[in-house]
Amino acid sequence: MGRFHTHADGTVHTHADGTVQRNAGVGDHSGYQTGPLRVEVLKSILSENDRMAEANAADFARSAVRVVNLMSSPGAGKTTLLAAVLGRIGEAHRVGVLEGDIETSLDADRLDGLGAQVALVNTSAGFGGECHLDATMVRSALRCLDLEALDLVIIENVGNLVCPAEFALGETAKAMVYAVTEGEEKPRKYPVMFRAVELVVVNKIDLLEHLEFDLDLFLANLDAVNPSVRTILASAKTGEGLDELCRWLLGPR
Amino acid sequence: MHELSICRSIAEVALRYAEGRPVGAVAVRVGAFRQVVPTTLVHCWELATATTPLEGSALLVEAVPAVVACRGCGVKTQLAEPVPCCGRCGSVDVLIVQGEELLVASLELQEV
Repeated sequence: MGRFHTHADGTVHTHADGTVQRNAGVGDHSGYQTGPLRVEVLKSILSENDRMAEANAADFARSAVRVVNLMSSPGAGKTTLLAAVLGRIGEAHRVGVLEGDIETSLDADRLDGLGAQVALVNTSAGFGGECHLDATMVRSALRCLDLEALDLVIIENVGNLVCPAEFALGETAKAMVYAVTEGEEKPRKYPVMFRAVELVVVNKIDLLEHLEFDLDLFLANLDAVNPSVRTILASAKTGEGLDELCRWLLGPR
Repeated sequence: MHELSICRSIAEVALRYAEGRPVGAVAVRVGAFRQVVPTTLVHCWELATATTPLEGSALLVEAVPAVVACRGCGVKTQLAEPVPCCGRCGSVDVLIVQGEELLVASLELQEV
């Protein structure tokens, strides 16, 4: 058995000294359950992030601003959809955008001049470029937005269906953009993400006639993992569903 | 690939509870509903703790299976895939009993 191995009970780990056992028991680590040197912790791994998320949430509440964490896989059309949304509500409403991007300001540049305050959260300062936004990154980027002067902040998360779902940001609501080009099985492959959100925007719906995409099957898969989710069929290109999306984003007034 | 940042969070919690004492191992519990890959986590642990006081410590990952209880028929099901539904009647109206854990369970301190 190597330094890196799996036990019959499903635990996986390395031993620093390269040995398999330092405690009694045959690889079941029962020895860890007792003993004077064991310190009980039982602390959520994301507690530090959660604490920061609560601080963000308190700031949002104080400024009476609604904050939507918008997630998707890369290329689902978040930025194009946001540009279309800002074109509709960017002038009439006080909207801010926090743009998460691993390396570039390309997405933020696309949203310039549409009436919203835009702040870039470049995640490359993380450990080799983070695949998600966390509450601390959002907190530092909030300095670039005047929350008091805003009614709605949309956080465009990093394109990724796995990691962003794990990190609370202090948002009022979570939503995701899903494109019909992604395949019907996605909710079953990424249930954490699809279960975490209140709204799924089914985007690029104008492409439906060109695809062998089974919308009913997708909706059934979505219902299996998140029965209470709301869906909006939308197209940034034709404008379908955008008024409904804008109403949802602005939220209860 | 959020295992690396999760490892950094584990290290923060571990260092706080270790209070300067040398740590031999850190035990964590990861539920099956969390999209965290135990082997990747262990691999990232070495990277995340290199040149820190936790360098050389072991990360012990206890994988917690996903279990749901049906609100309709009351049966508990251990899930093979993370789609919450009852194994007997197929209902999706289920309560998650376990599998959402993501916590540092304990530290094993080294004898000095």
